[in-house]
Amino acid sequence: MNLKKPELLITAKNLDEIKYLADSGADAFNIGGDIYGLRVAGIFTLEMIKEAVKIAKEKQKKIYVMMNAILHNDSLNGLEDYLTKLVEYDVDGIVFGDPAVFITAKEIAPDLQLHLNTETTITNAETINFWAKRGVTRAVLARELSLEEVIDIKNKVNIEIQVQVHGLTCIFHSKRSLLTNYFEHLGYNKLLPQESRKKQLHLREKKRPDERYPIFEDSHGTHIMSDHDICMIEHIDKFIGAGIDSLKIEGILHSTDYLVNVTKLYRKAIDNVLSGKENGYLVEQIKKIQPKNRPLNTGFYFKEQIY
Amino acid sequence: MNNTAEHQTQKLKKPELLAPAGNLEKLEFAIRYGADAVYIGGRQFGLRAKAGNFSFEDMEKGVAFAHKRNARVYVATNIIAHNADLSGLETYLKTIKNIGVDAIIVADPAIISTAKNIVPDLEIHLSTQSSVTNWRTVQFWKDEGISRVVLAREVSLREIRDIKKHVDVELEAFIHGAMCNSYSGRCVLSNHMTNRDANRGGCAQSCRWLYDLFQTGDELDDYSEIPLFEENDDPYTMSSKDLCMIESIPDIINAGIDSLKIEGRMKSIHYVATVVNAYRQAIDAYLADPKNYSFDPAWLDEIVKASHRPLIKGFYYQPPNKEAQIYGEGPKIRKFDFVGLVLDYDNDTKTATIQQRNNFKVGQEVEFFGPATKFVQTIEKIEDEEGNSIDAARHPLQIIKMKVNKPVKPYDMMRKEN
Repeated sequence: MNLKKPELLITAKNLDEIKYLADSGADAFNIGGDIYGLRVAGIFTLEMIKEAVKIAKEKQKKIYVMMNAILHNDSLNGLEDYLTKLVEYDVDGIVFGDPAVFITAKEIAPDLQLHLNTETTITNAETINFWAKRGVTRAVLARELSLEEVIDIKNKVNIEIQVQVHGLTCIFHSKRSLLTNYFEHLGYNKLLPQESRKKQLHLREKKRPDERYPIFEDSHGTHIMSDHDICMIEHIDKFIGAGIDSLKIEGILHSTDYLVNVTKLYRKAIDNVLSGKENGYLVEQIKKIQPKNRPLNTGFYFKEQIY
Repeated sequence: MNNTAEHQTQKLKKPELLAPAGNLEKLEFAIRYGADAVYIGGRQFGLRAKAGNFSFEDMEKGVAFAHKRNARVYVATNIIAHNADLSGLETYLKTIKNIGVDAIIVADPAIISTAKNIVPDLEIHLSTQSSVTNWRTVQFWKDEGISRVVLAREVSLREIRDIKKHVDVELEAFIHGAMCNSYSGRCVLSNHMTNRDANRGGCAQSCRWLYDLFQTGDELDDYSEIPLFEENDDPYTMSSKDLCMIESIPDIINAGIDSLKIEGRMKSIHYVATVVNAYRQAIDAYLADPKNYSFDPAWLDEIVKASHRPLIKGFYYQPPNKEAQIYGEGPKIRKFDFVGLVLDYDNDTKTATIQQRNNFKVGQEVEFFGPATKFVQTIEKIEDEEGNSIDAARHPLQIIKMKVNKPVKPYDMMRKEN
């Protein structure tokens, strides 16, 4: 059987990281700014996005700009201008969650690839087909799906499917400034919430002392991330076998060094599968570089949930 | 209050008061106490797996009851489905359409597509689970054939007025009840912490649990962490106080919201009746005479009697601050129990026939309330059905008779402070 080569997609926090990760084997990048992007790995201004596209084009890589924010009326102003700039810079696509971005992009930037990512609610083939009919080119699946469900979805849709294979996932997004509120309640300021991401804060639920959930606050509110990093390097063959189009490494909260190594290992894993070679040993190499306080697991790919 | 003068010159549109109904009995009470519409869940495709929910038979009875009283019935079909969850959807939609429900409340586009194909005449309301927060997105869904958008709880009154100005579609907004702390649909804490799928009805309410907050050690390679709290500090939590807009009915109505929604398909009859009753009175008072309307503190007192959490105004006026969260044990809340339901009243003997719903006894102070009833009295004497004097009503659903100080009506309730 002829296997299709999937895209290896990764987030980038700055221009240097794009260069390093491109040279480490990434095919495409998710980058974004702080107004329209949610939980971007690092903030890219429009100038930086322009530069990023240049770097990517030289290396024959792709740039997809994160515009996945939940927009309130005020942030609609400027949406057209922002999209016009992205078209001018010749980015390859945008990632959206809010239909406001989708319809504006269809008007302003009809040639852009449109990737749908709501984080938690793209969970079935019918929903993807609904969006495909309206012009969405790629669906980013919720991480709370099993591998079996992912494969079933891929078989029932005709647009690109992206799944996450490595890194943290967002498990909670509130518009409230929950860290600010808490610090104000306690009546002292140990830390400015704006620093919450740089300083790396985490929550531990009283009855779950071994689980540490990263938390940070920004202009979009409060975000909580998973306590584990997904690591599917051993199972890359299953995604490739199913014809999944894009495999994403989420780099948020990880160092450039770590991401360079992880990217190289996933590059190797994909190439191994395509050339019929063994892959099992690679997970051991990831374990060696994995920060001790970020345990690895396989997310929901092999879990059954109850409801 | 904004633009009051301007609005007084034009005729105000009467908004719908929309109440939750976890089962048939709650549906009947919600409507008797003044709801213009109720939303219910069927046995499938809804998000409140644990709210009794309606069999098709009960749904049929509920719709008949509601329609006879010019009330509408909406069915929450707001699951975020996985492929396998969708089997049986077409039959389900056809069945509830035939039963005569007035609309479905949907979050997943998969269900929207199917409904448009299978039951094209059935109204579709977009659920708050879709977190719609801006007018362009409202426009998008209107163009998709959605007849009503339930706005995200994160929008302000100013934003709602702006949405209304841009798009001509029905808007529904929560005015009362428990709040997700996250953008609805964007929280999977429950999935990750307990393996229960929040978006398919399994939410474990992990946001209300207690957490410790740490700064992660500088060295990623060790487990070091610095606590950001002192020993006696309240733990971190995301538990939200409950929304209550009873004091702001004019602002809500003037913003142009078409349907005012009360949260709580899991809530008791007592809660639904009390809350609906208070909002019914406030809305009617304002519409009857906007110019001379004044807020009656008794409405809020009533609501507090049915509430379990302190109350806030959500995002309507300003983003929720520290006062919007429940830290530590929170303030003590007086609790009232629903102890009896009035079945009948004999004006000659001033005696009420009451069905017991919780224990009560001679000497206790109780309060009667209903759409047109409200008074407090002490229980002087209780008689069982045979006319024997008893000291207490101890048996569930036991029928008793007692003298009341003022006239009561069937379906009035008797409550007692816990």
